[in-house]
Amino acid sequence: MKKVMMGNHALSWGAQLGRAQVIAAYPITPQTQVVELLSEMCADKSLDAKFIKVESEHSAMAACIGASLAGARTFTATSAHGLALMHELLHWAAIGRLPVVMGNINRAMAPGWSIWSDQNDSLSQRDTGWMQYYCASNQEVLDTTIQAFKVSEALAVPGMIMLDAFTLSHTYEVVDIPEQDKVDSFLPPFQAKLRLSSDDPRAFGGLTSPEHYFELRYKQQKDMEKAPALVAETGKEYEKLFGRRLELIEAYRNEDAELLFVTSGTTGYTARVAVDALRKEGVKAGNLRIRLFRPFPFAELRKLVGRSGRRVAVVDRNLSFGHHGIFFQEVKSALYGHADGTAVFGYVSGLGGRDISLEHFKEIAADALKRRPPAEEIVWIGVRK
Amino acid sequence: MKKEKTMKLTLPVEEYMNPGHLACQGCGATLAMRFVLKGLGPKTALCIPACCWAVIDGPFPYSSLEVSIFHCAFETAASSASGLKAGLEMVGDKDTTVVGWAGDGGTFDIGLQALSGAAERNEDIIYVCYDNEAYMNTGIQRSSATPYGAWTTTTPVKHFKNRPKKDINAIMAAHRIPYQATASIGYPEDLVKKVKKAKETKGTRFLHVYAPCPAGWKSRPEDTVKLGRLAVQTGLFPLFEMEYGEKCKLSIKVKERKPVADYVKLQGRFRHLKPEEIQIMQEEVDKRWERIVAQCGG
Repeated sequence: MKKVMMGNHALSWGAQLGRAQVIAAYPITPQTQVVELLSEMCADKSLDAKFIKVESEHSAMAACIGASLAGARTFTATSAHGLALMHELLHWAAIGRLPVVMGNINRAMAPGWSIWSDQNDSLSQRDTGWMQYYCASNQEVLDTTIQAFKVSEALAVPGMIMLDAFTLSHTYEVVDIPEQDKVDSFLPPFQAKLRLSSDDPRAFGGLTSPEHYFELRYKQQKDMEKAPALVAETGKEYEKLFGRRLELIEAYRNEDAELLFVTSGTTGYTARVAVDALRKEGVKAGNLRIRLFRPFPFAELRKLVGRSGRRVAVVDRNLSFGHHGIFFQEVKSALYGHADGTAVFGYVSGLGGRDISLEHFKEIAADALKRRPPAEEIVWIGVRK
Repeated sequence: MKKEKTMKLTLPVEEYMNPGHLACQGCGATLAMRFVLKGLGPKTALCIPACCWAVIDGPFPYSSLEVSIFHCAFETAASSASGLKAGLEMVGDKDTTVVGWAGDGGTFDIGLQALSGAAERNEDIIYVCYDNEAYMNTGIQRSSATPYGAWTTTTPVKHFKNRPKKDINAIMAAHRIPYQATASIGYPEDLVKKVKKAKETKGTRFLHVYAPCPAGWKSRPEDTVKLGRLAVQTGLFPLFEMEYGEKCKLSIKVKERKPVADYVKLQGRFRHLKPEEIQIMQEEVDKRWERIVAQCGG
């Protein structure tokens, strides 16, 4: 069944088709439609779930953690300040090895109050131990949500799905809604390896001395490292059933490209338009849209960038103050020692929801083609200095 | 033949707390747990945030309790319990009693928002606050449950706490929850009776359990039970039950209240107080006692 829906509703549909059992959420612009539709779904019983209407995002994540520990499939959604308020509990879910799945609408942090898109909210949660997916279409949001449950539950690692505020969350697109029975065959009910039950008394998360703590974190990382292969495999399995493939990194006209944009989220689709336009002007451009950011797809990126002598322009809608754009840092570190002769430049643009336009990509291309490595300073695009 | 005298048991004989825990000598919080679990039985799951009990239970991989425990974040006893209850129900377990088990800091201060949220939603959980009137696990810092006059490491004697203890029961009453009660480790039968009543009630239930702390109160370990009784007999910690924030009933009717000074003199945390300051305490206790007696219909 095809339906025109907003990005936020694609998250709700993903949670419904994935048969989330417990939802705990608190409203924040621009996430509200996610939980409004889920409330409707729970009320009309098209989704058999308990919806806990908590008094804060902190309690939302705490409730998700409790529910997940009981062995229930658990979902929430938030944005920006809501995600920041959850910070402590994002660690708790990940270290507790609880496969909560959440949507986060990428929104800039205040002050001044902004409801528009940038990625500093989710990237500030980079080191909490959550998987992070960045989406570029409503179809991808729905498909990623279903797949995220499967991957997270297999690895006991929670998953966070990102949508750009408004440019995706409130944009209406045609979405193919998969049949429930096929989704059920792809995603069977959650069977936790270990869960809290009064029939089998255990203490979860008690005082852990230096004698044990380190090994637990080692195991967490080892499971995280399995994720890229599992995401790829799960994507292939999904494609067989539904005909749509989601890659770790979506490559566009990259084979012979001399200039590669590296993008994420909806900026990745603007980049594709820019690639086509630049090619008409004789510039061999290509685009890599990073879809899975945590764990970072090292092997995939190295394979796709590979050839020596390329120019790589990383476009960041985020900034680590005192350093660079965060995708830029990550791409550089992933390529270090693996792509000799490749010049990587970092461009920061679109903070607080300012548009990153076709013209901006042309500006980036012109700069990247003439700039000499190494370029340590941030190249600002579209800012009034 | 001499007839053997049999003792009448007033508490369930079953024990769900084992030796080997890490509590201090004379710990009131430990008695609170032991009695509460006697009332709840084995089909119980506890959400324990940062508090003494996060340590008392024992380090990984040990646990001194025979019920499941989720060690949750400091401010999340009520929200974690809400989620745990929902999750258990969704996986088909409708019988387990889910309990948020927090100290006074986790209840009166950092966990108050989550507790208020859960109570307003009437989550089907029991919330137990064992109250030792300060942040004891971190080394005796004042909380909003610390009474007027008390020394703590953050309210040194030259600047002792000069504000009254927050009235958590009035706050909970304002939420119109099905059941709430105060109890003391000095009155175990009353405590267990209230636990059982809470267990039989649906919705949010709140138990405020008075739990003296020798380490933090600078009292003798052997005086813990005595202090638990004196707090009630002086009227400092009245024992009552309330339904839907209205129907209030005194559990222990104290005919002749003992002077607060009797309670104060057993504790080093009040040693610096001058007689007039103890008198301020006495007047506060008198006022609150009158109010609660009136509320409970005399």
